[in-house]
Amino acid sequence: MSMEVRGLRKSFGEKKVLRGFDLQAGENETIAIVGPSGAGKSVLLKHVVGLLRPDAGSVIVDGVVVGDLDGSALGDFRRRIGYVFQFAALFDSMTIAENVGMGLRRAREWTPRRIRARTEECLALVGLEGMGDSRPAALSGGQRKRAGLARAIAASPKYLLYDEPTTGLDPVTTTSIDRLMLRMRDELGVASLVVTHDMTSAFRVADRITLLHEGRAWFTGTPTEVRSSCDPVIRGFVEGDPALYFGAGAGGKDDEASGPG
Amino acid sequence: MEPSPGGGLAGIGRGVTDGFAAVGRGVVDGLAAVGRASAFGATAARALGKAAMWGPQLSPQMLRVGVASVPIALFIATFTGIVMSLQASYTLTGTIPLYFVGVLVSKTMILELGPVLTGLTLAGRVGANISAELGTMRVTEQVDALETLAYDPVAYLVVPRVLAGTLMFPVVALLAVTVGIASGWVAALQLLDMSSAEFVKGLRLFFEPWDVWFCVIKSVSFGFVVTSVGCFCGLGTRGGAEGVGRSATRSVVASSMIILFLDAVWAATLL
Repeated sequence: MSMEVRGLRKSFGEKKVLRGFDLQAGENETIAIVGPSGAGKSVLLKHVVGLLRPDAGSVIVDGVVVGDLDGSALGDFRRRIGYVFQFAALFDSMTIAENVGMGLRRAREWTPRRIRARTEECLALVGLEGMGDSRPAALSGGQRKRAGLARAIAASPKYLLYDEPTTGLDPVTTTSIDRLMLRMRDELGVASLVVTHDMTSAFRVADRITLLHEGRAWFTGTPTEVRSSCDPVIRGFVEGDPALYFGAGAGGKDDEASGPG
Repeated sequence: MEPSPGGGLAGIGRGVTDGFAAVGRGVVDGLAAVGRASAFGATAARALGKAAMWGPQLSPQMLRVGVASVPIALFIATFTGIVMSLQASYTLTGTIPLYFVGVLVSKTMILELGPVLTGLTLAGRVGANISAELGTMRVTEQVDALETLAYDPVAYLVVPRVLAGTLMFPVVALLAVTVGIASGWVAALQLLDMSSAEFVKGLRLFFEPWDVWFCVIKSVSFGFVVTSVGCFCGLGTRGGAEGVGRSATRSVVASSMIILFLDAVWAATLL
């Protein structure tokens, strides 16, 4: 079980978002990818699941180059990955139970009875027992995130990708979502990439933290290493100091290897 | 201060250059849109093979696109039939026998007003609805979510809508034609000095079974256009609520224009 990102580059028009991003995730490891809004964190996740194709570089999951997959091979690959969207992206024409069971209905081995049982199991796991018949519009922000997580884990994926899982939530709900992510790692044994700009959450859930800065992995280290770093970019981001962060990062050039060294 | 002759010429030169640039941009954008639409069509054609994905969605879409559109289509057909009858009588009285009211109402409803008015009405009701729905799904990442769950969004969202439109538009149009002629008949009996026998004589005088096939062919093409354009605009939505609104408007305008263009093409080639 391995996930590797090698020299990933992606531009949208003139805007270079990723400029050679590298990352390696080990088994059962949770990596938080932090960085300011617009840094390209969500773009990175979309490459991992094959929603975007890289301009250069590659994402390799279990030895498979994701960018080379197409059609049914890409569909089969995606069953190994659960994706929790920033705003949950629940299908609003369906009930929560239908949302959770959506990915299972594609597979022949999942009978309606098994789907119902699995749906209830997943909803219980995220603390939404008995809410299967509700519509997404009737749920709070935190409940929607939980429902999105239940949908992501329903097909028992090996990897979980979280896109801003705690954005817009109150501190108490944020803590409960963080605990849920830790529980997913411990109980399901999945490797996770967590995209966030919430440092409290990153410190709480991550085994390692990668700072995405100027389109590259500026720094990767354990939460302790991040806390003790003297690099002004890291300090600026962790402490929320724009002068430190932007002052230190202003000298970066497009294609030069840079970082705290 | 008067502009110098050189400055005036330079200004004209800039204006001409800008004009050519704008035309060039328009042509390039137009060609790009045609290219995107062709690629979209090819993807949709390939997705037809994934019947397991679109099959279960077909009958709900037929209900939404077709059955739910019947009331508005019949409302419009009813009043069109009445107006046709009254205007035909106004035009023909004193010059041509009144039973020609039946000819005019039936021919116009079957060949033109039934399919075209239904098509234009459903371009608003169905096309805008599809575009807004898929556009909202696009900007709220529901389309991405479908992909991550191993669904092909084109097979799941586009194919059943386009098939439903193509199959149901002719049904709705034929109902509209029937109701339009019936309402014209009732108007002729109640508001004009006509008997049923006269109206029916007019109905049967120039009736050709081919007219009904012509109506069906037109409606099939309109159904295909309205739903395809709605899906294309919806899935191409960028931005938030403003983008969704823009897509819905674009879908209705483009569908209506294509319907009127096709109307002329069918008249020129099939009649």
